[in-house]
Amino acid sequence: MSVLVNKDSKIIVQGFTGKEGTFHAGQMIEYGTNVVGGVTPGKGGKEHLGKPVFNTVAEAVDKAGADVSIIFVPPRFAADAIMEASDAGIGVVICITEGIPVQDMVKAKAYIDKRGTRLVGPNCPGVMTPGEAKVGIMPGFIHNPGRIGIVSRSGTLTYEAVDQITKAGLGQSTCIGIGGDPIIGTTTKDAVKLLMEDPDTDAIVMIGEIGGSMEADAAHYVKEFGTKPVVGFIAGQTAPKGRTMGHAGAIIGGEDDTAAAKMRIMAECGIHVVESPAAIGDTMLKALGKA
Amino acid sequence: MNLHEYQGKELLAQYGVVIQRGIVAHTPDEAVEAAKKLTEETGTGWHVVKAQVHAGGRGKGGGVKLAKNLDQLKEHATNILGMKLVTPQTSAEGKLVRKILITEDVFYPGETEPSEIYISVLMDRERKCNVIVYSTEGGMDIEDVAHNTPHLIHKEYIDPLAGLQGFQARRIAFNLGMSGVAYKNMVKFIYNLYSAFVGSDASMFEINPCLHASDGKIIAVDAKVDLDENALFRHKDLAALRDTDEEDPTDVEAKSYGLNFVNLDGNVGCMVNGAGLAMATMDIIKLSGGEPANFLDVGGTADAKRVEQAFRIILRNEKVEAILINIFGGIVRCDRVAQGVIDAYKNIGNISVPIIVRLQGTNAVIAKKMIDESGLEVRSAILLKEAAAEVAKVVG
Repeated sequence: MSVLVNKDSKIIVQGFTGKEGTFHAGQMIEYGTNVVGGVTPGKGGKEHLGKPVFNTVAEAVDKAGADVSIIFVPPRFAADAIMEASDAGIGVVICITEGIPVQDMVKAKAYIDKRGTRLVGPNCPGVMTPGEAKVGIMPGFIHNPGRIGIVSRSGTLTYEAVDQITKAGLGQSTCIGIGGDPIIGTTTKDAVKLLMEDPDTDAIVMIGEIGGSMEADAAHYVKEFGTKPVVGFIAGQTAPKGRTMGHAGAIIGGEDDTAAAKMRIMAECGIHVVESPAAIGDTMLKALGKA
Repeated sequence: MNLHEYQGKELLAQYGVVIQRGIVAHTPDEAVEAAKKLTEETGTGWHVVKAQVHAGGRGKGGGVKLAKNLDQLKEHATNILGMKLVTPQTSAEGKLVRKILITEDVFYPGETEPSEIYISVLMDRERKCNVIVYSTEGGMDIEDVAHNTPHLIHKEYIDPLAGLQGFQARRIAFNLGMSGVAYKNMVKFIYNLYSAFVGSDASMFEINPCLHASDGKIIAVDAKVDLDENALFRHKDLAALRDTDEEDPTDVEAKSYGLNFVNLDGNVGCMVNGAGLAMATMDIIKLSGGEPANFLDVGGTADAKRVEQAFRIILRNEKVEAILINIFGGIVRCDRVAQGVIDAYKNIGNISVPIIVRLQGTNAVIAKKMIDESGLEVRSAILLKEAAAEVAKVVG
């Protein structure tokens, strides 16, 4: 079992026939993910990668029963794609696109919240339930089916955590890349909560970075409702104030969103905080009493 | 992307926001001409000379001066142009002043005493909507106001789908103690300011001070404007306002290669794919006894050309004693990156600092073998903790 996506998810790819969409949809299908088709306006009725292409998301829901969408459309059209998926009744929308204007996301977020859509991302690597569904751009082979849930704002740093968990002899239930933008659909706390309530997840790795208050919110949730060990890391302990560190959301505005402040709050809330990103796997083994 | 004060004011004026009028000058003579012209157009007797650099707190550093006659004006212009302006927001070295803004004086006497207000517009990450922040305590550092008298700071949250409503603009004006003509002007000011914010895809506006002038006018005396880089594709006119003189030249060059680079103060350079892993790698360097010399995300295609450009940028910093390359190969294969490192190394010729290459992910073992057998002075690692140990050996 898992959260958000599994082997029965009926997944469509928005921006299916573009360069990115084609490459990653191909990788997803190769992994065994249940991709039921894709959407590219104006190319409906054709076939691509052996799957049907639809003009609209509504058509994909109607004809292929789609319930999960992954978005690869360029930044200027991405907010529109998110709202289209929401309007069509898709329950889980995963947006990979990086560089969406913030004001577009302010509108899209308000729009989908009214319709109860779960958005993951944007600017994220996607969601992975090993052995069942790879809905994103992560390398499949580093994952191993198991019982550790992973939540992270980053791409390659998530892979690093996944790899350490796998090398520690453990595996992952679901890995959720929530994204590095200032406005994202699923927060750290939302993702931790999903995994905390998942009966097939035994422990959680929570990776954050400088900027915003998401990790502190998640930590307070863990303190109040946590029933499983959580290992946490915050990237950017050496980042200067006021500079954007690659991710649009990774910027220190005040005292509260430095790595040190977040790590302190997380530790106070009972999270196993690691100073070094190289110690995630070992710390998880200790937290589980296996080392 | 930051704008200069004069650019920000021009943008606001296009949306009907009343601004303190001014003319840009590059020489003391141009400053005098600008002042004469302003007097003709606005009737102002006095003028203000304002340094145009991308940093706040310009007044504190001597970058803003009042001139009561043209001799004073020329003197201030001569002093400020070409100075290295040091403010609480610049480095100790300061910022070179290349241009100044000559403005009208708006603190003229009249029916009421002029008063300074603070207004900013930005996006609130927690509430996921825009917010107008305002206070009667204008003209001061807002962080001090927030710290000492938090009850004097008000916030008006804007519904993303409905937009700014009339009652909200009225509430702001009333909370700022406005009445009569000033009240009407304030409501208009808020409306126009918010339209400008949304219309330009800004990420921050800060009007400090905004002046309640003695005749009831509401005037933007300063304008700090930060625009959303991701939205510049639909604002070609605003994108053209970028002043690369105000940015770190190395950052600008890196950006032209598609590298995401931030110059820092330390002794260990790094080259990483992905922003989160790049920050984590900087942390590893610190924990291993070094200090990061930079943040550098080479992105998803770490090919030989990019690796070489990244090498050259890092090596330009003379403080760099070692370089840590940390690539987690997912879509990008490690053997390709290894080849890129080897080729770049050979192209550059003699690299005198030790290089630690950590390649993990797709084809990591093949990549390590390639590096180890290349004959180059490069230490290779697969696990992150091995790379950390190598860094510690070199600089720890």
